[in-house]
Amino acid sequence: MYKLFLRGLISVLFLLGLSINANADFKVGFVYVGPTGDHGWTYQHDEGRKAVEAAGIKTTYVESVPEGADAERVIRQLAQSGHDLIFTTSFGYMDPTNKVAKDFPNVKFEHATGYKREHSNVSTYSARFYEGRTLLGHMAGKMTKTNTIGYIASFPIPEVIRGINAMTLAAQKVNPDIKTKIVWVFTWYDPGKESEAAQALIDQGADVIMQHTDSTAPVQVAEKAGVWSFGQASDMQRFAPKSILTSIIDDWAPYYVERSIAARDGTWKQQDTWHGLKEGMVAMAPYNSAMGGDLVKEVEQLQKDLASGKVHSFTGPIYDQKGNILVAEGAVADDGMLAGMNVYVKGVEGDIPQ
Amino acid sequence: MSFDLNFIGVLIGAIMASSVPLILAASGELITERSGVLNLGVEGMMIIGAISGFALMVVTDNLFFAVIGSMLSGLVISLIFGLLTQSLLTNHVATGLALTIFGIGMSAMIGKNFVGIPGKEFPLLFVNFKESIPFLGPIFFGHSIILYFAFGLPFLTNYFLKKTKTGLIIRAVGDSPTSASNQGINVTLVRYSCILYGGAMCGLAGAYLSLIYTPQWIENMTGGRGWIALALVVFATWSPIKVLIGALIFGGITILQLHMQAIGLRIPVQLLSALPYIMTIIVLVVISRDSRKIKLNTPTSLGQIFYKEK
Repeated sequence: MYKLFLRGLISVLFLLGLSINANADFKVGFVYVGPTGDHGWTYQHDEGRKAVEAAGIKTTYVESVPEGADAERVIRQLAQSGHDLIFTTSFGYMDPTNKVAKDFPNVKFEHATGYKREHSNVSTYSARFYEGRTLLGHMAGKMTKTNTIGYIASFPIPEVIRGINAMTLAAQKVNPDIKTKIVWVFTWYDPGKESEAAQALIDQGADVIMQHTDSTAPVQVAEKAGVWSFGQASDMQRFAPKSILTSIIDDWAPYYVERSIAARDGTWKQQDTWHGLKEGMVAMAPYNSAMGGDLVKEVEQLQKDLASGKVHSFTGPIYDQKGNILVAEGAVADDGMLAGMNVYVKGVEGDIPQ
Repeated sequence: MSFDLNFIGVLIGAIMASSVPLILAASGELITERSGVLNLGVEGMMIIGAISGFALMVVTDNLFFAVIGSMLSGLVISLIFGLLTQSLLTNHVATGLALTIFGIGMSAMIGKNFVGIPGKEFPLLFVNFKESIPFLGPIFFGHSIILYFAFGLPFLTNYFLKKTKTGLIIRAVGDSPTSASNQGINVTLVRYSCILYGGAMCGLAGAYLSLIYTPQWIENMTGGRGWIALALVVFATWSPIKVLIGALIFGGITILQLHMQAIGLRIPVQLLSALPYIMTIIVLVVISRDSRKIKLNTPTSLGQIFYKEK
């Protein structure tokens, strides 16, 4: 009896679901790798989704979807249930996105941080976070008294290594004695481990801390220890009001709104987007006045120059740790080299974990 | 690179602080397991404790209520486990796993409204001594009251299990519930109490993370510490003092490997990251190899369902 009732209930719900899905409204779906409450990567993507919603377009999201087989199931489900545009917001969704795209030629797909566009209905997009790292490097180089910058790194992938290199190059430019100490924590977020890493770096003499992990724990440790820090992914200023000099903010909202409207109006076309400070996909939180008005002005100018293209984060001559030349004098690194970056530049201590 | 004596003191203090959640959760689980109940829900109870503590801190602005509330919430969650395994006689392993999944999901749901709120400063004791006494100061002073409690707990637990009548009853129930029952002991009641105590300690361990160690709420912030606590209990062969040693080694090597990275030692980072797990297991296996003592300490009926015929 019980079972019968349950079965009945499920089938009714199913039919209800189908009838809702049969609705011909334009809908946008989002697939997130983490929970929307991570206050980092996924949080910012969800802010973008809310902007799409505010523009009058219906959205759905599925959070905490593991990369792999589950992802394909979720993406397929979204495509089947009448979504017209689907954003898949993690590197590991690359193959599942392309697989599903093949079976749903009328649905548009947008994959974040990937490079595979196997079908004409798949676009890719990412942000040039390294431009923000260049600004952090400039500030760090100027602010450090111990000439030691502590860097909490997550996983040894090009994205993270690019950030370390961009920061170190910029810091060396303003302070040739700079040393970058790196601690790999092998996690995107574990507040406990991140704060231990921050503390270890501070104990080893770092007086500027930055992170490529998502929790606010490191900036809180920095605040307590009285050293400088930088926020990651979203504005973390309220967690460490004295210590934070600025935060790199991922701002997906304009892109999501633009692409959603394009898809709705039928003007959507396949493209590969890598936007930075210029387009506003990478933004900087307000600069902390504690670093002095002159430095703030300097950094604001540098930000403008990076945005206008006058300055490039990776301008030669750039050497690797052994002194081999990577980028010739006067040249700038091309996007292909940036995308596959897997060596440290001169001045970074230690080896990249293999 | 400063390696003076005071720095080593600071390091030891940091290691002690990092092992507190492990000590609390493992000591609680140890009592539960000694009564013959295997509760794999440690991670779930910890995370529920973490969110309840943090939420209460935000809502009441009172750290005392927050700490007490986190223990109560751990207790309530473990009561669910108790009802299922003791009254409805479900399988311990499956129920414990379900409890962890439930706890993680539930905490995320409650936590939605508490993301991004900065924590409150938790009062630390004897801060003056920490600064004024070199080396010993940072080791013994300037900690939260929960740390002092955590470091006393294994000794209390040891005394309680070995020297008190209640401790003897718990061990009897864990070794042979049938004989204990025949002696007129209410096995179900004893096990319920032990489950609730374990839950309260796990709740406190969670609150330590969200109120003191990293004062904020983040989804899944326990980061697997519940599982490590569970493993510690087994590798410490159900001895409270060895749990303390194991937790300190684990916390110690976790922090030391980060320092080794920061110093720039050329040791593969993956090896360094695995070191805490490897070393803890090796040390605990070595110090617990007396098989007679293992037999004495192991709750023989661990994880078995006890059903009293009426």
